[in-house]
Formats: sequence, C-alpha cells, structure tokens
Amino acid sequence: MNKVYTRIFAGRVGTLNLAVVAVLLFALLPATLDIFRLNLVGKYLTFGFVSLGLVWLWGKGGVLSLGQGVFFGLGGYCMAMFLKLEASDPITTKIQSTPGIPDFMDWNQMTALPAFWIPFKSLPFSLIAVVVLPTLVAFILGVAMFKRRVGGVYFGVITQAIALILSLGIDGNQGYTGGRNGITDLKFLHGWDIRTQHAQYVLYFITCSLLLLMILASQWLLSGKMGKMLLAMRDREDRVRFSGYDVSAFKIFTFCLAAALSGIGGALFVLQVGFISPSLVGIVPSIEMVIFAAVGGKTSLYGAIYGTLIVNSGKSLFSESFPQLWLFLMGGLFIAVVVLFPNGIAGICDTIRKKISNRKKTAPSSVAGKDKRESVMLGELSAPALKGEK
Amino acid sequence: MFGYTWSELSSIFVMQSFSGFSLFSVLLLMALGLAIIFGQMGVVNLAHGEFMALGAYTVYLCSEIVHKHIPALAPYYFIVAIVAAFFAAGLVGLFVEWSLIRFLYKRPLDTLLATWGLSLIMQQAFRSIFGAREVTPTLPDWLMGSFKPSATIDIPINGVFVMGLTLLLTFGVWLFMFRSRTGLQMRATVQNRVMSGAVGINTKLVDRFTFSLGCGIAGVAGAAFTTIGSTGPDSGSRYIVDTFLVVVFGGTASLLGTVASAFGIAQSQSILEFFLKGTMGKVSVLTLIVIVLMIRPKGLFASKVRS
Repeated sequence: MNKVYTRIFAGRVGTLNLAVVAVLLFALLPATLDIFRLNLVGKYLTFGFVSLGLVWLWGKGGVLSLGQGVFFGLGGYCMAMFLKLEASDPITTKIQSTPGIPDFMDWNQMTALPAFWIPFKSLPFSLIAVVVLPTLVAFILGVAMFKRRVGGVYFGVITQAIALILSLGIDGNQGYTGGRNGITDLKFLHGWDIRTQHAQYVLYFITCSLLLLMILASQWLLSGKMGKMLLAMRDREDRVRFSGYDVSAFKIFTFCLAAALSGIGGALFVLQVGFISPSLVGIVPSIEMVIFAAVGGKTSLYGAIYGTLIVNSGKSLFSESFPQLWLFLMGGLFIAVVVLFPNGIAGICDTIRKKISNRKKTAPSSVAGKDKRESVMLGELSAPALKGEK
Repeated sequence: MFGYTWSELSSIFVMQSFSGFSLFSVLLLMALGLAIIFGQMGVVNLAHGEFMALGAYTVYLCSEIVHKHIPALAPYYFIVAIVAAFFAAGLVGLFVEWSLIRFLYKRPLDTLLATWGLSLIMQQAFRSIFGAREVTPTLPDWLMGSFKPSATIDIPINGVFVMGLTLLLTFGVWLFMFRSRTGLQMRATVQNRVMSGAVGINTKLVDRFTFSLGCGIAGVAGAAFTTIGSTGPDSGSRYIVDTFLVVVFGGTASLLGTVASAFGIAQSQSILEFFLKGTMGKVSVLTLIVIVLMIRPKGLFASKVRS
C-alpha cells in the first residue's frame, strides 16, 4: 500500500494535487457550467492528452516536437473514419449516386470505398488503430531520427514539416479524406447517439477519468528507473550514453508514448466535438499544443491540465469579446512563459510553496526529509539551464 | 508525348524551367536572411516570415505615400522602397535582438517558442495597422508585362526582376561575409565566441548586428515578393516552413548549401507541380526533403565540425 502511495500517487503533494484536480473536474466544473460550456471543457481536456505527452517528451525527455498535431490528427481521423462509416449506411445515404459510402466521397465522384477505409468498419480495429497508428508513425520517425542523434532544433523543424505535409496531404485528397472540411456529420458510436446531452456528459466524464488515469500511470512510470534515466539523460546525455545505456531507445519510447497519448486525445476530441479536419493537424495547432504544456509547466504532469484549460478558456473568452487583442495576448504569453516563467504555473506554485514552507520552518531537523525532496525538485528546475550550456 | 506536340513541349519546358528558376530565387531570397540568423548564429527565428511581410508592407507604404503626394517620382520609387524595406526590417530586428533574443542565445528551443509568440504579435500588428485584406503596392510600369520570344513562350518581367535581385543580394551577402572585415568578425564569433572576445571583437555587438542584418535581408525579400503577389498579415507564416527546410536541407552553416538546396527544391517542386494535381506536388517535395534529412540529418553540405 505504501508503495502504491509513493509510486502511483507520488506521496503527499501528489495526492493533494490529484484531489484538487479531481474535485475541479468531477464536481466543480460539472456543477457550475451548462452542458455547452462543459462540452467545451471536455474538448480542451482532449488537448490535455497532447500536453501530457509533451510533458513526457519535452519536459522529461528534453526533445521538443512541433508536430504533435500529427498524432492528434491520426487518432482523430481513425475514430472519425469509423463514425463516418457508421453514419453513412446504405439506407441513410440512399439519395447518393453510390449509397453506402461517405457523402464527401460521393461528391468527389468516387464509386467505391477506398481500401484503407475498409478495416475501419470494425470498432475494435478503429479503437486499436487510434493508439497503434500514431505510435507506429512515431516509432518510425523516432528510430530514423534519434538513432542518428537528430535532436533539438532540427527535430523541431522536421516535425513541423511533417505536420505541414500531413495537413496539406489531407487537404489535397478530398475524395479520400474529406479535404479541408474534414470528416463531419458524425452521429452514432455503435448505435449510441453521441450528440445528445446525456452522451456529452458521459463522454466528458470518460475524458476526465482517462486523463487522470494517464497521469497516475505516468507517475508510476516516472517513479521507477524510467524517471531516473530520463532525468539523467536530460542533465548529462553523454554521460548516460557512456555508462552503456541506449539513449535513443528512451527518447523513442517517450516519443511513442507522447504520440499514443495524443492519439487518444484526438479520438476523444472527435467523439465530443463531432468532426475532425486538417485545421487540427497543421503547424499552428501543433505549436499551440506546445504552449499549453509550457504554460502549465513543461515538467509538471498536472500542469498540463491547468495549462490547457487556462490557455483555451482564455482563447475562447478573448476571441469572443476582444478578437483584436487575442493574438497580442497569445504572443505575449509565449514570450512571457519563455523569458519570465520557464517552468510555467507549476514553477510559480513551487516557488510559493517553498516560501511558505520556509516561513513555517521552526525546527530545521523535522523538515530535513522534505528539504531533500525539494532539492531534487530544484535540480529539476535548473536542468534546462544546464542543458542550454551545451 | 503526353498529348503535346514537340514545339509545345519545348515551350512548356522553357516556361517550367523559368518558373522553377523563379521559385528558386524566391526560396533563396527567403532563405538568405535565415541562413545568417539560423545557419550562422543558431537562432531559430520563427518570426522570419513576419520580417519579410514587414518589408512588403514598407514597400506598400512607400507606394501609397509616393502616389498620393509626389506622383512624379512614381516610376523610380521602387528602388528606394527596397532600401527602405531593408532598413525598416533591420531596425525592428535590432530592437527585437536587444529586447528579446539576446536573453535566449543559450536556449534554442525556448527561442523557437518566443519567436513564434513574436510572430503572432507582429501578425496582429499588421492586421490592426493595415487591415485584414491583402494589399498590393502600385508597381511602376517597367515592372509589368512580359517578354515574348516566341508565340507560346511568355516570360514575366517581374520574375526576371526578382531573379536579378536575388543574384545581386546573394553576391552581396557572399562578399560581405567572406570578404569584409565585419563579416570576418561575424564568422569568428560564430566559430569561437570566447576566443573572438579575447582578441578584441565585441561579440555582443556582432550578434546584434548579425541578427539585424538577417532581418534586413528578409525585408528585402519581402519587398521583392510584392512584385509577384499581394501581401496579407499572415503572408509571412506561409513561407516559414519552406524557408527553414531550405536552410536545414542545405546544411545550416553553408551559404553554398543554401543556394544548392533552394535550387534543388525549387526545380523539383515546379516540375512535380506540373505533373501532380494541386498541393500534392508540394507534399511530395516536402516528404522527399524530410526523408533525405532523416538519412543525412546535417543536410547536404554539412560542415565537418564537432559540436
């Protein structure tokens, strides 16, 4: 039990964090927001999966990908293809010249379902593809790049190019992918109408639960050898390599994990919002996802949730009332986070927490254990600076 | 062949290779400034496209002022406007380096995010000042029209102008980097900052100047683009990935690599775009670049330096 407490819940601070987030997501937001707003929050939380992946990849693995939208999109498209096929059965599409194929294919003078769409008639296949396809793509890219020690800025530029390739590719093949409009008009998941309020509530709670589950699983992984390895790699990569570890394998693992998380997020996005389009795949959404993680604090798992929620609510709040100001604010946010708060909200919270605990410190011996833990956290905080010296 | 006669085919060949050369000069113009900022200094400037847009808007502004107040100078203003674009973008670059970039030299990934933020701010500033619609400066008459060497061949003058400007600018950059004292100081600072400081080069000043020069060149590129297309607030962001790929593909520290990769990318893109429909030509070129970069991560002309 004690092991579970320290490894999965990450001790007292971790349990407290979990409790706060759980109360916020499961009680406070559903109680105060109407279903329209709650559905929006659910949509933001699907981006939270991507941020969580970026915390792994960027915060823990030290590699920044500017193409996470690719994996979000792949997961989303896998889900959307299944839903679209279910929505276009021969009876509802009988006015088309070829009944039984998705409407956009019919508009593009296609007469048969393309071969790569056929497996997506099966729900189990689609659900597996949501996780496996992004992971596979990440694995191939990761092996190609990390084995050759491509990292840092190059990795960022190449992943950004991949995001552009995929979004242009989807955009350009309207008959196969739905083109710029994406895949729309999704209605049923195995006969269950996903457009009703009840379904939206259910999907919201599924999203929250899955996200928290992923955070707990991440904490469990990070509390073991994996976490130590990643920390060591980020601080002194060559030393880890000289100790006989395959650094690239760990990077490939985090990249695949980040991709799988993004894929799940994409699938949940499709279920809640009811469409997917290349506008969620390209360069701009991909880099926005990075800012979610950065605002929350790139090394903080829970920060990923807060960062995503805050930036997205800010975006919809400001773009509703002051569309002119929003881009200024967003740009300022990018700069401020980088220059002033490199560890985001989590960093600010840590500083405050440390100040409070310093003030409380009356008998130094009683908090020695706590100080030790804090020094580890401090080590984490100063790591990016160390890395930059290379 | 493909349902064309030979004379048609040769005309297609001439026009396609011209459009390839024209794209080459566009890519090279975009990449020159970045080859200095990213290739030499290692600063990932995602706002580079916005500096091009700044140059383009400067030309537009000059055109408006000249045509409203001194229409007599209308045929000649464009040359002055290009110089103005250089200084406008360069000065903004100077300010940006002083206020933002200089704090981030040791954190390349963070530069990437900060300059993206900068690009958002600049885009919105363009939108607030010039409006969301795309604008076109009134071009002097000598830039309009086209050469017609034969009945089926048609070569636009503005394309030739951009090509000439590209040649001139590339030569100028080469002359500056490799034949001038300041260029020598720039390259010395890039190679060994501490040693350069020790022999009396003010490395911080050199950094500021180099960044500002790269931005100025981006401004000239933007000015040249006004002859080809219109300028909108988000014009810059459309070019940024291509620009980075050209520089990375050529091998970051090599000017020759940048020229070669711009040439290769432009020719293959214009040929593929002719045979493949719509955006797929571009998609296949980008895919090809990414695959090559995975095999040769340091680009085509990698300088053999230990990092």
